[in-house]
Amino acid sequence: MFDYETLKFIWWGLIGFLFIGFAVTDGMDMGVGGLLPFVAKKDVESRVVINTVGAHWDGNQVWLITAGASLFAAWPLVYATAFSGFYFAMMLTLFSLFLRPLAFDYRSKIESEKWRTNWDKALFVGSMVPPLVFGVAFGNLLQGVPFGFDSLMRVTYTGSFFALFTPFTLLTGVISVCMMLLHGSTWLVLRTDADVAQRSANIGRIVAVVLAITFALAGVMVWQSVDGYSVVTTIDTMGQAQPTTKEVSTGSGVWLTNFAENPILWLVPLTGVFMPLVAAFLLGIKNKNTSVKTTALLASSLTIAGVILTAGIAMFPFVMPSSSQPNHSLLMWDTVSSEGTLGLMLMVVAVFTPIILGYTFWCYRKMWRTVTIEEIEQNNHTAY
Amino acid sequence: MISETLVELSRWQFAVTALFHFLFVPLTLGLTWILFIMESVYVMTGREIYRDMTKFWGKLFGINFAIGVATGLTMEFEFGTNWSYYSHYVGDVFGAPLAIEGLMAFFLESTFVGMFFLGWDRLSKRQHLIGTFLMALGTNLSALWILIANGWMQNPIGSEFNYMTMRMELVSFSEIIFNPVAQVKFIHTVAGGYVAGSMFVLSISSYYLLKGRDVAFAKRSFSVAAGFGLAAILSVILLGDESGYEVGEVQRVKLAAIEAEYHTEPAPAAFTLVGLPDDEAMETRYAVKIPYALGIIATRSLDEEVIGLRDLQKAHEPRIRNGMIAYEYLTKLRNGEETPENIARFNETKHDLGYGLLLKRYTNNVVDATEEQIQQAVKDSIPPVAPVFWAFRVMVGCGVVMLILFVLAFYFNARREIESKPWLLKSLFFALPLPWIAIETGWFVAEFGRQPWAISEVLPTFLSTSDLAVGDVLFSLIAFIVVYTILFIIEMYLMVKFARLGPSSLHTGRYHFEKTPELTSGLRSQNS
Repeated sequence: MFDYETLKFIWWGLIGFLFIGFAVTDGMDMGVGGLLPFVAKKDVESRVVINTVGAHWDGNQVWLITAGASLFAAWPLVYATAFSGFYFAMMLTLFSLFLRPLAFDYRSKIESEKWRTNWDKALFVGSMVPPLVFGVAFGNLLQGVPFGFDSLMRVTYTGSFFALFTPFTLLTGVISVCMMLLHGSTWLVLRTDADVAQRSANIGRIVAVVLAITFALAGVMVWQSVDGYSVVTTIDTMGQAQPTTKEVSTGSGVWLTNFAENPILWLVPLTGVFMPLVAAFLLGIKNKNTSVKTTALLASSLTIAGVILTAGIAMFPFVMPSSSQPNHSLLMWDTVSSEGTLGLMLMVVAVFTPIILGYTFWCYRKMWRTVTIEEIEQNNHTAY
Repeated sequence: MISETLVELSRWQFAVTALFHFLFVPLTLGLTWILFIMESVYVMTGREIYRDMTKFWGKLFGINFAIGVATGLTMEFEFGTNWSYYSHYVGDVFGAPLAIEGLMAFFLESTFVGMFFLGWDRLSKRQHLIGTFLMALGTNLSALWILIANGWMQNPIGSEFNYMTMRMELVSFSEIIFNPVAQVKFIHTVAGGYVAGSMFVLSISSYYLLKGRDVAFAKRSFSVAAGFGLAAILSVILLGDESGYEVGEVQRVKLAAIEAEYHTEPAPAAFTLVGLPDDEAMETRYAVKIPYALGIIATRSLDEEVIGLRDLQKAHEPRIRNGMIAYEYLTKLRNGEETPENIARFNETKHDLGYGLLLKRYTNNVVDATEEQIQQAVKDSIPPVAPVFWAFRVMVGCGVVMLILFVLAFYFNARREIESKPWLLKSLFFALPLPWIAIETGWFVAEFGRQPWAISEVLPTFLSTSDLAVGDVLFSLIAFIVVYTILFIIEMYLMVKFARLGPSSLHTGRYHFEKTPELTSGLRSQNS
């Protein structure tokens, strides 16, 4: 059907698609959870906020699971190296992620103020720590991570937890958090009314501007102070996954080479800078009609796609450069599964993605409404 | 060489997190179908009580489901965080079913779980019922894919080692799907889940009947659970996964360990009911045996032998020596000496490479292993017998007790005499933990019995770990234990609270605590 080289490239795109899918769906829930303490001032408002995603958070979270599992299946070395290398960061993410399903499901079960405010805090932590860690992790990928392989391909990681945090990676962490908050706020503007919607719009405008500025700033840092990586030897793109057989050099501004060589690609980072501003403008309109609100949500979705793709394109064909042994860096050409596995998984994705999108949209459509305080009060015992 | 402490801690962490996750999965597996049965009756008959049953047992299901989802995330992360060499070595094969599980099963289950809880007023009756069905289907499909992955660990067919990439690679996916070990494991495991779901409903319904509360509701719930549970326990026992133990060397070792059969006996072998396995002497002391039984159970025949551990272990020695040769040529190939002769020699011996890797526990170089180290590796090539032997007996014992209880429950329920049998209701109430004891010991038999392998005959467990500091894993293990304990307390608090409250928690005004508001107003106002 496709040759190995094409399959490798398609899988680079699919992994990107799954990460963007995760950020657009589950990231939205995380944004909503992060906004919760700021847009809801009383219990019934918290319930309004939670019920906008109540029926969907679990399905959305599967994007995260599937992205992780696809990484395992398609790029096993990246899965193995990143997850074990970023050990404490991953554990921190995992323990925060525990809090969300429980908070969503358990919060409304007992009518005690203490019980509910504690679950609100849990939801906030569970919603904000993962995007922060993922953002910091992406920053680390751009900087390069200290790892190498022995002759039997056993990976050794020589960094530490605290070394993950540099000014640049903190910046990428902030970008990631802002992305989720903006996305959550456009969602709440669309699905709630009155005070909650107004507060969401106000916060959304601020984070949108912060996002545009920090993203542009990160671009400048990638140009000026973060060394990029490039492969010196010829890459056998049809070859087997042998990531230790090439030579890699590093240099300032190298991460911009792909954009310089294909100027049309500049549209991607420009999307990342301008779409938040579009969203901010739309959120600022008084008496927004549905199409304005929907366009704002679309703008924040495009922001997410733009930001994630920018990182992917800048690093292409690298996915995980090694700072301590650059020659062992992982490329999308040499870190992949076998041709058979990639082909099989592509078929599975091609068959199931339309089905998944189909029933997901059906469920969203069925549950679509503006969630109001009156509705929650009427369904006091059945709503979240 | 890899620190033994690191390996031990990594194994403990995996066991703790997997066994904890597996407290919640079986109940989800069983309850989704029970909910579907109850809701089907509601849709067909239009009788409100069946909707209330679906909603109430659904509430308890939700409490269980949330913690199952949370702890399931750990499993998704943990292969990469703690078993990174494993992830690299078999990701090409093992990752695929996990990714398919996400795409085919988790999306379905998780999307429609939201509809189940919050879609009652927004979907038509039929749409909601179809949603419940898809949720149950998704749940069961996820069990299918995870057991296909696990079946491959037990009996790794359909794949081949590639020295260039230094990993196992996919050869035939259909072989992996139709792996006989995976098939029997799937049936056995989901049926075990159905037993757990049935016992849960049966036990709590018995509690209401003993208290004389919400009798109509409890009797109908009891009927559904008794019927479904009887069918499930018969499947678990009759379609037990013994038949899977015939396939693959490691499965045969596991079978012999389960039976503490050190010596090969002439067919048909006797079944050791109890005894004291002694790994040092390789004898089972004070064995009480049932003639013929093992031979019939294990081989489904009277004339096939069940090979004992001594013979199985003895056969591993030449394979270890052969594995040393494989390792020698692998090293040459990895050093770039890819001559046709080296490749040919490697291909001749590579099926024993895994056995050679067993020596890595004692010497990094493998080829320079001393005679003593080889003998050590031979000893390592089978699991400690006593834990497997006893865990299996606990599992089977629970199964037999549950079989009796389900038969009695079904019989007296069919005769409409269940309310006048308080001894049975009490027994059923106290039997609540039995499915979980059986399930956890069953997991232990399957996975501990696979030792020393992570992937049978391919990759030893001790080699599979990540290269982490001992302190890192110790820290995370303690964190898991502390956090999981807290989560468990919260979950049990809610579960017990709502199980005691019963259908009154639905606030329909039709149930026990709502009919006498002056007595229970305090209880009511606190719960939603």
